[in-house]
Amino acid sequence: MRLERRTRVPLTLVVVAPITAIAVALTLAAGLIAAAGVNPMTAYGEMLRGAFGSRLSLTETLTRATPLILTGLAAAVAFRARLWNIGGEGQFYMGALVTAWVGHSLGLPPVIGIAVLLAFGMAAGAVLLAGPAYLRLRFGVDEVVTTLLLNFIVILFVGLMVEGPLRDPLAFGWPSSVPVDGDFRLPDLIARTRLHVGFLIAIAAAGVVWVVLSRTVFGAETRAVGLSPSAAAFAGVSLPRNLMGVALFSGALAGLAGSMEVLGVTAAVTTTMSPGFGYAGIVVAMLAALHPAGVVFAAVFVATVFVGADAMSRATGVPSFIADVIVALCLLTMLVALLFTTYRVRK
Amino acid sequence: MMEALELLTNTSLWAAVLRIATPLIFGVLGALLCERAGVLNLGIEGIMTMGAMTGWLTVYMGGDLWTGLMVAALSGALIGLLHAILTVPLGLSQHVSGLGITLFASALAYYLYRLLVVVGDLPPTIEPFRPLDVPLLSGIPVLGPILFAQTAPTYLALISVAAMAYVLTRTPLGLAIRMTGENPHAVEAQGLNPILIRIGAVVAGSALMAIGGAFLTTAAFNSFFPEMVQGRGWISIALVVFASWRPGKALIGALLFAFFDAYQLRLQTVIEGVPYQLFLMAPYVLSILALVLVARRAEVPEALMAPYRRGER
Repeated sequence: MRLERRTRVPLTLVVVAPITAIAVALTLAAGLIAAAGVNPMTAYGEMLRGAFGSRLSLTETLTRATPLILTGLAAAVAFRARLWNIGGEGQFYMGALVTAWVGHSLGLPPVIGIAVLLAFGMAAGAVLLAGPAYLRLRFGVDEVVTTLLLNFIVILFVGLMVEGPLRDPLAFGWPSSVPVDGDFRLPDLIARTRLHVGFLIAIAAAGVVWVVLSRTVFGAETRAVGLSPSAAAFAGVSLPRNLMGVALFSGALAGLAGSMEVLGVTAAVTTTMSPGFGYAGIVVAMLAALHPAGVVFAAVFVATVFVGADAMSRATGVPSFIADVIVALCLLTMLVALLFTTYRVRK
Repeated sequence: MMEALELLTNTSLWAAVLRIATPLIFGVLGALLCERAGVLNLGIEGIMTMGAMTGWLTVYMGGDLWTGLMVAALSGALIGLLHAILTVPLGLSQHVSGLGITLFASALAYYLYRLLVVVGDLPPTIEPFRPLDVPLLSGIPVLGPILFAQTAPTYLALISVAAMAYVLTRTPLGLAIRMTGENPHAVEAQGLNPILIRIGAVVAGSALMAIGGAFLTTAAFNSFFPEMVQGRGWISIALVVFASWRPGKALIGALLFAFFDAYQLRLQTVIEGVPYQLFLMAPYVLSILALVLVARRAEVPEALMAPYRRGER
């Protein structure tokens, strides 16, 4: 028995693979839920209800999906070019920090101001990933470790800023930055919920990524580099330029996630505003098999797990860490499922 | 300024260096063993978290401290086996699998901890390893308290460095492991099974990582709490590169790193007006700088991250 590479991947497999992966992950996690003395079917029922059961919970799930779409896109763009950007978390925080920083004292009309602030957030994320990309090109430093370590550095830097120069004297409890000017808040999509127009911006971003990857020279070059760097170089692609382009693109997407979270949800930056959006983005990208359209669905799924698990935990007493277990299991099962979309078993 | 220099003459600083280095030594040795056989193990951060949890839990449930370390090693080995199966026979992306293992192992550790332990306002504690106080030797001025009053796992870490160096460079097993990381086809031609060697190396390396995690909860502290590994796994991965995949240099790297970490903690108390976050950032920044300095000269195992499939070049 051996594995043989498929010459073409049937479309059904592309859809079946993530569904199978999720089903297997949920089955495995059911064992852990049962170990907590709760019927897994009851628990999953509570999760669905918690994520979609009411207008409020549904909008909450989509609110949670918004940054995940963007960090998922960031990971998808980078991984396609084999740039291992594990720094989505740091880029998210950098985007959030710069947006809160500039947004506090920006004398511009609302719509232009919002556009400028989002651009600042994107630039912050892009610059943060350009560093590790430069170190890889110039010194051959592996970007996995540098992007990971930068996550810790950035979160400490955010802590420094919100406890120092950006501290909100009116905030009590956890330190927080001064809130951004109310004019620059992203408008609600549905009144009296937290869902904001950022959700539509995130979906539009998925469209932009799809067009860039499939309809531009840069996209074609990136695909070529992802398949075989040496063949791409032989065909005349400048590997350093392409890598830097991918880094800026990916970092900007993660930075946009942080920027929109500030303008749409939190109004200020804190060191605890992300429950691991950057890391979860990697799972989102893998579940989507690195496809931009798939990222939207995968992000909604991951958001469902997180929002649903919180409600389920309150109702049944199963620790809400089960959400992280399910999401991580999905990544591993999807990885195996992807093997069967690219290879087939031959006797 | 004088105060900052005076800190260097403080024996407690140097004793802290060995203590802080211990989990890193286990982590870096574990990562080094995996990579020498050709497998990058980014599961390290999660494996250390799992080891920290299971080691602590064993003692909390009534086991003794050494049993705790054994259970931690076993839990690390099991998770390592999962990473090995995904990356070696299945040949999946070592990057993605490793990250998945880290997310999975940390989430599982937190979940099981919440499930099995009742946490009040403060996390429950255990009676941790005590400093050994080697008779006579620990009485030596200066050197005594630094070298001979550590906890037992610290000595185990130092012995492990020597053992790893010996096995890798002086035994047929070590030669086979190193060859698997350089050229698995040549190993196959020798009649050995590179797949099994890789699986074995990843399992053993992961067990070492988990012991490093368990040191945190059974010797350095006495309780388990989320996020306590704090990037020590990632730093170990950086140290492997810094050490050029050699156990001896890995020890030096871990000690150097631990020195900066111990020193910045104490500097915070004498230098005023500088935000404490800058001090906390220093170890991470230094790790990146160290990578920049050595990356070009690094002797990377030739077949690192290249999956081995029989009959496929």
